[in-house]
Amino acid sequence: MLEIKNLHVKLEEEDKVILKGVNLTVETGKVHAIMGPNGSGKSTLSYVLSGRDGYTVTAGSAKLDGQELLEMEPEARAAAGLFLAFQYPVEIPGVGNMTFLRTAVNAQRKARGEEEMSAGEFLKVIREQAKTLKIDADMLKRPVNVGFSGGEKKRNEILQMAMLEPKMCILDETDSGLDVDAMKLVAEGVNALRSEGRSFLVITHYQRLLDHIKPDVVHIMADGRIVKTGGPELALEVENNGYADILAEVL
Amino acid sequence: MAAPARSAEAEARLAGLQLPQSGAWLHLARGAAVSRLRAMGLPVKRDEYWKYTDPTPLTVAAVPVAQVIPGETEGFDGIDCLRLVFVDGVFDAAASDNPALAGVEISRLAEAATQDIHWAHEVYGVLEARGQTPVARPLAALNSALATDGVLIRVVGKVSKPVALVYHQTSTASDAILHHCVKVEDGAELTLLESGPAGARSNTVMEVQVADGAAFHHVRTQGRDHERRTLTHVFARMGNASRFKSFTLTANGALTRNEVVLELIGADGVAHVAGAALGNGMFHHDDTVFITHQGTGCESRQVFKKVLRNGATGVFQGKILVKQSAQKTDGYQISQSLLLDDDSQFLCKPELEIYADDVKCSHGSTSGAIDDTALFYLRSRGVPEREAQSLLVLAFLAEAIAEIDDATIAEAIQARLESWLAAGAH
Repeated sequence: MLEIKNLHVKLEEEDKVILKGVNLTVETGKVHAIMGPNGSGKSTLSYVLSGRDGYTVTAGSAKLDGQELLEMEPEARAAAGLFLAFQYPVEIPGVGNMTFLRTAVNAQRKARGEEEMSAGEFLKVIREQAKTLKIDADMLKRPVNVGFSGGEKKRNEILQMAMLEPKMCILDETDSGLDVDAMKLVAEGVNALRSEGRSFLVITHYQRLLDHIKPDVVHIMADGRIVKTGGPELALEVENNGYADILAEVL
Repeated sequence: MAAPARSAEAEARLAGLQLPQSGAWLHLARGAAVSRLRAMGLPVKRDEYWKYTDPTPLTVAAVPVAQVIPGETEGFDGIDCLRLVFVDGVFDAAASDNPALAGVEISRLAEAATQDIHWAHEVYGVLEARGQTPVARPLAALNSALATDGVLIRVVGKVSKPVALVYHQTSTASDAILHHCVKVEDGAELTLLESGPAGARSNTVMEVQVADGAAFHHVRTQGRDHERRTLTHVFARMGNASRFKSFTLTANGALTRNEVVLELIGADGVAHVAGAALGNGMFHHDDTVFITHQGTGCESRQVFKKVLRNGATGVFQGKILVKQSAQKTDGYQISQSLLLDDDSQFLCKPELEIYADDVKCSHGSTSGAIDDTALFYLRSRGVPEREAQSLLVLAFLAEAIAEIDDATIAEAIQARLESWLAAGAH
């Protein structure tokens, strides 16, 4: 599904290298988690994969089902099936949540040469999905993320994911700023979307989230590289001993 | 005092035009306007009030050529209204609806010569003359003197549908001078729509008297004709507990200056003036607003938004004057521009002058670029860059469009805006 090879990235504005040769393969239908200390490059990886400005790729590749992502515009990556759940979902005053989602769904369908979703069909689907995530009608009508609580913003990200039906989902610190109940609700939303054809890359600081979204593979990222890969037990090790031991071992 | 040079310009301009034939009262009103104009002279760029906008194209005797955009639809297609059509500044009876509508009397200015329309004596040129202090508006006086056509509308009840003034430009050199008078009597209510460019160059004055408890809604679209030059003045005088709402949508145009001069005379009046403008390239758009609070407990609100690119210029001069008598005034003013590149500019002069002590007044002005983070967020969800930008432009303009009360009209404006953006008109 997702194949990242030797990815080197630096910040465009300053000459600061962030990713120093990331190698990572996420197989179809699997959930991979990336853990790592602050500043290890986790969020940069998610931004570079989704096409945010401000980064220069100096070497390497990232392919989604064989297609080179790094050469595509952000909207083309989305249409190809990539989705990033933002750590800090963006507030967009003046754009209704519903309008936003319908525009996005239909833009992707159009880009893939599929028929656009009718207003009626869209309403039906979004109501069902919103109900599962306990998103009320008012939240759908309000401008995108404006006045939403931290938990509501993250639930809104998962709602977008559900509506857009991507095949590769990246969750960037989706647990940050959430209380236990909100995290459970978000995790349930994610779990409901798990399927044979869909892969996940879950980026997190803490093992907590991985209690709810059980990963198949756990990677530890440090200093711009994946330094260790293992099973779910690796997350527990981090939880118990912190990163220091692992880092001392590999660096 | 007017400098001799500008008086000479005024004389030259007047010499090129003929005072239209009019009945007694109108003839007197025109004569008084000529005297006002002669005393003031024509505006020049060095005038403080024209600091950001060069009035020359509006004052020169020869009309600057403006190509006609073919196939532009009318601003309020699909809205049930009584249409009064003007072609290059001349009323076109054949293209217009029969001006018979319950609750409203409509007459043509050009025919006022033969009819003695009493109420118009107290409006025509009168509100304009009041609006000449403290700031001179010579081109409005020129209009009162020389207007060749227009309508006189008196509203006595709640009118069942809007009255629309539909302007068409067919000539590349038409010089339209239109003057409309509106009187909304006690408790009456009117929605007046305006659409299109009145001419290659146009000078339009509308004087609106809103009586006690009356309401006047005004929505206009100024077409996306690149070359036309437009000057408009709306003078309004408001009674107790009256309501005035005006919204203007402008796209392109070499020069547009929309002046609104409004006096809240009675108590508890509400006046909202709003505008949304899209400018691309050769575009100069100026909103100049002067609101005077005289009555107590009145509310005024100005909301102006401009989206500028490719070297377009936006201007906002907005003033709220609160007289000593106007206690409990609630005044609000916001002017914002979205600059889509580094070549465009927004020039802004917000002013508050307050003599009453129990007043709530606020104003704000900003100019900024499109929010890159929001743009990326939309694109990361699959919305193509152009479409994402349009969504953000619409979001930016939303506060101004929200000033339109009538949902159907607001939808029509929104649809027009969306079609312009989709067509890349902007």
